[in-house]
Amino acid sequence: MAVETAEGVGALVEEKYRTCPETGLRVYAQAETLIKANAVVAIVFLAVGGFFGLLVALTRWPAVHILPAEWFYLVLTAHGAAVLLFWIIFFEIAILYFASAVLLNCRLATPRFAWLAFALMVLGALVATVAVLQGESSVMFTSYVPMKAAPHFYLGLILFAVGALIGCFVFFGTLVIAKEEATYEGSIPLVTFGALTAAIIAIFTIASGAIILIPTFLWSIGYISEIDSLTYKLVWWGMGHSSQQINVSAHVAVWYLIAALVLGAKPLSEKVSRTAFLLYILFLQLACAHHMLAEPGISAEWKVFNTSYAMYLAVLGSMIHGMSIPGAIESAQRRHGFNRGMFEWLRKAPWGNPAFAGMFLSLIMFGFLGGISGVVLGTEQINLLMHNTLYVPGHFHATVVAGTTLAFMAVTYLVVPLIFRKEIIWKGLAKWQPYLFGIGVAGTSLFMMGAGTLGVSRRHWDMGFTDAPVSFDYPGTAYLMMGLNGVFAVLATIGGLLYVLIVVGSVFFGKPRTAEAIAASPTIPAGAAKVAASYGSEEHPKLPGTLVLVTIFFVSFVLYYFINWKFLSEVWPLS
Amino acid sequence: MAEEAQGAPAGGRPVRVPVMQRLLDNPFLLLFLGVVVPTVFYLIWGIVEVANIPIAQ
Ligand code: HEM
Ligand SMILES: [Cu+2]
Repeated sequence: MAVETAEGVGALVEEKYRTCPETGLRVYAQAETLIKANAVVAIVFLAVGGFFGLLVALTRWPAVHILPAEWFYLVLTAHGAAVLLFWIIFFEIAILYFASAVLLNCRLATPRFAWLAFALMVLGALVATVAVLQGESSVMFTSYVPMKAAPHFYLGLILFAVGALIGCFVFFGTLVIAKEEATYEGSIPLVTFGALTAAIIAIFTIASGAIILIPTFLWSIGYISEIDSLTYKLVWWGMGHSSQQINVSAHVAVWYLIAALVLGAKPLSEKVSRTAFLLYILFLQLACAHHMLAEPGISAEWKVFNTSYAMYLAVLGSMIHGMSIPGAIESAQRRHGFNRGMFEWLRKAPWGNPAFAGMFLSLIMFGFLGGISGVVLGTEQINLLMHNTLYVPGHFHATVVAGTTLAFMAVTYLVVPLIFRKEIIWKGLAKWQPYLFGIGVAGTSLFMMGAGTLGVSRRHWDMGFTDAPVSFDYPGTAYLMMGLNGVFAVLATIGGLLYVLIVVGSVFFGKPRTAEAIAASPTIPAGAAKVAASYGSEEHPKLPGTLVLVTIFFVSFVLYYFINWKFLSEVWPLS
Repeated sequence: MAEEAQGAPAGGRPVRVPVMQRLLDNPFLLLFLGVVVPTVFYLIWGIVEVANIPIAQ
């Protein structure tokens, strides 16, 4: 393939690019290298953090109980930081660069700043990880004051956040350049719009993080005498929760991307999908308030406005995506002739393609497990049933692991051949990887939620309370659930390890995607890249199957929601 | 600007772009909204709530 040189209008830099033989898109060298660097570091943190997750789950398996108490909290802190911050956010920066530079056919704005961002993020992540491993910073993911970590723990997080912020600005800068240089027509593609949503939420997230972490850092070195614990919690969750909404926006964008690239699926309606993202931009971040539902000092008006009235508008956004993506897939499949009956389109979907399988599993599990449990947890009254129990990690492993992580894994199966230009090794095993990981994570989510419903607390080393002055017995089922949680955690770990091995193996030892290899087995069907990289809706969509799926979803949702109100009514019997 | 991007016929009357599309095509306006809404309803209102809790004597 030819390597050409483009002179940006008004830009002094000359940048190299290649024209991708599979997608026809221009891929600039700097953008490509930055995408690779961020993705590789992300995967390293996933490997490390996933191992910590396994240790946590094995400790919470009463029959195994592998770590001693101090180690448990240390490893739990390291697990949360490595996966939820470092794995996810490095990968998201790669997605931002992909969705701007690659999909818009444009050079990346200020690649030097992008490298600075990368360096700060790597440095910050390492410093914070070292601080946790040194043992003086076992403050867990939320690091609530007055628990105090070592100063370099906060410093590491601040450096990491500054780097990520610069990455977001590079994304915005690239949007500006692409518009000025008219590298695309009309509106930006939907996938880029989803990435824009993620970047916007990221900026609010990082601003909240700065407001709270900088004073906390100063407090840890003695410049500030006290941080009010309730204010800390409030502002911290402005970061802690919003960052989950970056994940949602990013993985929804990835769902649209995979549906477009694998099946050529166009959104049912660009307008409706973009409006759904707009609902995210306006309302999703208000849901931070669900972390404050159990705080006595704050009014019910604030809680209910932020977690119900406004928040349900954002849930509406998710439901729109949840319907429009399977709908787009159904329409595309019917266009390809899979028209028999209600579900031929689904049965004949490319289940052996790990990009598609991972994406669809992610969509289903995010909706059914993560979405429904999230609305239940976010309702002021029924939140009391599960607050601070294992139900909470059960819920967010469904959203952020089965949802986001699995979606990011799925898209990697396209990134490796298209961006790294390497064949996937172990194709047979790769087919199974999303199922192993998905089923493992679904199990851990469900069993943690089950144990939480029985009252088992989160972040707790010994559910047997063996040396506590007051004894307490959980029901036998709770112990069973924690054992099953451990078993499924092992399954998830095998799936996760397989992902890491396949991706690292392919990147370093995979056969290059030569022109012959591409001709023999194209990664994506012809024309699919055009769908992902341009504006356009499906014409005359037909989606009876999707309507059935959506109905099943609503019925499950309503039933489960009301079951929880019934549970609540039984907590304080009135007779 | 947005009109050009929508491909207004050369020399003809500029095509009127609907308000909603102008909003969706303007990343910086979206950024502004996405930061202001949660800052007002969640952060500022929340801090007012916390500040109004009486201090124990
Ligand atoms: C092999 C995969 C994984 C396993 C087996 C696993 C298991 C667990 C377990 C058992 C807990 C502890 C619950 C408690 O005692 O409170 C936990 C906490 C947590 N996990 Fe995972 N997890 C995995 C992957 C992930 C991933 C990929 C993410 C993020 C993307 C993640 C994010 C978190 C967070 C944020 C916490 C809470 C930490 C805290 O309470 O401070 N986990 N995980
Ligand atoms: Cu939350």
